[in-house]
Amino acid sequence: MSRLNEANTILAKEIIARYPKARSATIPLLHLSQQQNGYVTEEAMAHVAELVGATPAEVQGTATFYEMFKFRPVGKYLVNICGTMSCQLMGSEALLHHAEEVLGVKPGGTTADGMFTLEHAECQAACTEAPNMQVNYRHCHRMTNEAFDQLIADLREGKRDADIPAHGTLARIRQQIPAEKAVGPVSPDDPARPVWTPAPEVK
Amino acid sequence: MATYPWAAGYVDDGDRPKIVTARFEHEDSYTITRYHATEGYAGLKAALTRTPGEVHDEVRGATVLGRGGAGFPAGTKWGLMPPEKYPRYLVVNGDESEPGTYKDRLLMERDPHQLIEGCLIAAYAAGLSQVFLYIRGEMPLAHERVATALNEAYAAGYVGKNILGTDFSVDIILHWGAGAYVVGEETALIESLEGKRGEPRLKPPYFPAAIGLYGQPTIVNNVETLSNLPWLLRNGVAAYTAIGTETSPGTRMVAVSGHVARPGVFEIVNGTTTFRDLLFGDEFCQGIRDGNSLKAFVPGGGSAPWFTPEQLDVPFEGRVAGAAGSMLGSGAVMVMDDTTDIPTAALTLTRFYAHESCGQCTPCREGGTWLMRVLERVVEGQGTRADLDQLLEIGESICPGKFPHAANSALGLEATPFPYKMTTICFVGPSAYAPVHSALTHFRDEFEARVADTPARRQIPVTAVH
Ligand SMILES: Cc1cc2nc3c(=O)[nH]c(=O)nc-3n(C[C@H](O)[C@H](O)[C@H](O)COP(=O)(O)O)c2cc1C
Ligand code: SF4
Ligand code: FES
Repeated sequence: MSRLNEANTILAKEIIARYPKARSATIPLLHLSQQQNGYVTEEAMAHVAELVGATPAEVQGTATFYEMFKFRPVGKYLVNICGTMSCQLMGSEALLHHAEEVLGVKPGGTTADGMFTLEHAECQAACTEAPNMQVNYRHCHRMTNEAFDQLIADLREGKRDADIPAHGTLARIRQQIPAEKAVGPVSPDDPARPVWTPAPEVK
Repeated sequence: MATYPWAAGYVDDGDRPKIVTARFEHEDSYTITRYHATEGYAGLKAALTRTPGEVHDEVRGATVLGRGGAGFPAGTKWGLMPPEKYPRYLVVNGDESEPGTYKDRLLMERDPHQLIEGCLIAAYAAGLSQVFLYIRGEMPLAHERVATALNEAYAAGYVGKNILGTDFSVDIILHWGAGAYVVGEETALIESLEGKRGEPRLKPPYFPAAIGLYGQPTIVNNVETLSNLPWLLRNGVAAYTAIGTETSPGTRMVAVSGHVARPGVFEIVNGTTTFRDLLFGDEFCQGIRDGNSLKAFVPGGGSAPWFTPEQLDVPFEGRVAGAAGSMLGSGAVMVMDDTTDIPTAALTLTRFYAHESCGQCTPCREGGTWLMRVLERVVEGQGTRADLDQLLEIGESICPGKFPHAANSALGLEATPFPYKMTTICFVGPSAYAPVHSALTHFRDEFEARVADTPARRQIPVTAVH
């Protein structure tokens, strides 16, 4: 059961219909499959390939290029500690060591209870608030060891469920385009000049 | 001075003009209600009373510089599309991931309608009816804010068919990435949007304006660049160019991180503000932390060659920064005080670029990994003096000839201006070398103190890892 389920297949078709070429929907659909299963499975990639009209190898080739796609189960919470320059200057290494100690795993590892996967991450576009980390890509700024311990305790107790969904779910709000308002995908093969754009003057 | 808990990092201070961050003071700045209450969509309405050509002329006349890194004027870029070739597309670059850069995420989270309005103005002027707004995957809050704003804007008739009752129609499609720094490069962004691996294309021939998305003329613009357009259309060219200098008008957002007393994201006046103002000014960073002294700073994102206190009076003017040996890039300043271990700082950046290499070009794939491995060895105290020359030799294979660097009077060095030659398709390869070159040029003594004096060159056990 790791192909997209019925509801997600409908959603996938809606997403595909927005693009001039179906294959453009590959990454959004891989995210959808990761949201459904927690990681990206072989069957899901084959299903995505069917949906976008690519080969499974093409979809796999795309998927493996991107850091966010996981091909094995990860913890419910992905803990990403930023180690890039601004955070490194502000003590990210100590934070990473603390995290390793508290969680009992090295970067790449998952805790035995399946709750946390620890990762060493790159710049999270929050550099003035160093050191930074993300839990399932939700930002946590100006981290200290104490704040880290509190965060982990809260996550274990389910106190952050409202703002941090399980791994795989990115945005909880999706774009919706009402059918009557949609212009529809613009085919690269349609050379028509948009109607509001005046023809150039003939000299 | 004011800071807001809802806009982490943003510092609102002094009487500086604000073009893109004016709404940040409001907690609900991302809602359509607040947007309407603060002149929202008035720029679009102003644009629709003019011809597309007139709107394009305004953007050209205001010299709105690209804020994504290269600083190329948006109006000029749009004009590079072959006339009468349709369809055209606009791809918005919201992939912000250059080390030190923090501004586009704020703009998407705090003022998504401003960005949407900017996209509409660009689409109207450039004659295109589909926009793809590509947001970095690791920014779910930005997704949610932009998705909500788009849903509101469609419902209100600002986006979609027959906008505000005119014959102007455009869809804006929210698209998202999945974590790969190099995808921020515009041709890689297009590859990724086509559902492929994010590998940069060769330029020429693949200049997006000529051969972009699906082989069609395509504009790629940064989030901050487009966010300038609503204000410009509301207030006009004269008001825009009254701020800043002739060649760098308006404002720009700059993130200052690292060892300053008050790190933050500031909207500064372009062209005239200097690094000294920014690092030491009371309304900006208020000096170096703990009363320490300044050792060096990265002026324009991790790819930029470093400046030292000698360059503090360089203003935010591309040509001046270029002549001084670096670039302004993506508005990201990273500050190192006198406690900083320079070889380690350089290693952190080099490791980033080596890790993010897409692997297409040998000098980047192999060279980046070699730079990282040799530097690691030096930092760990296992290196030799020969390793230091080895680092420069590897760099030569990525960037032949003189590499840009700042002047250093204590060492008797004059500046080598931007740009450099390169053997790679994109700038990731050179970026792996930039920190190594800067650190070795200005702080060679720190490296020498770390290495053994054995002249014999050791075997280098390095192969690319991915
Ligand atoms: C390796 C690399 C990464 C880049 N990353 C980004 C990015 O994250 N965001 C961005 O807007 N531009 C990025 N750029 C610059 C883009 O290629 C492009 O110049 C820019 O998006 C154009 O928009 P602008 O003219 O409005 O600045 C990157 C360039 C390179 C070479
Ligand atoms: S320079 Fe590096 S990242 Fe850029 S195309 Fe070549 S291998 Fe890929
Ligand atoms: S360096 Fe850590 S968020 Fe940018």
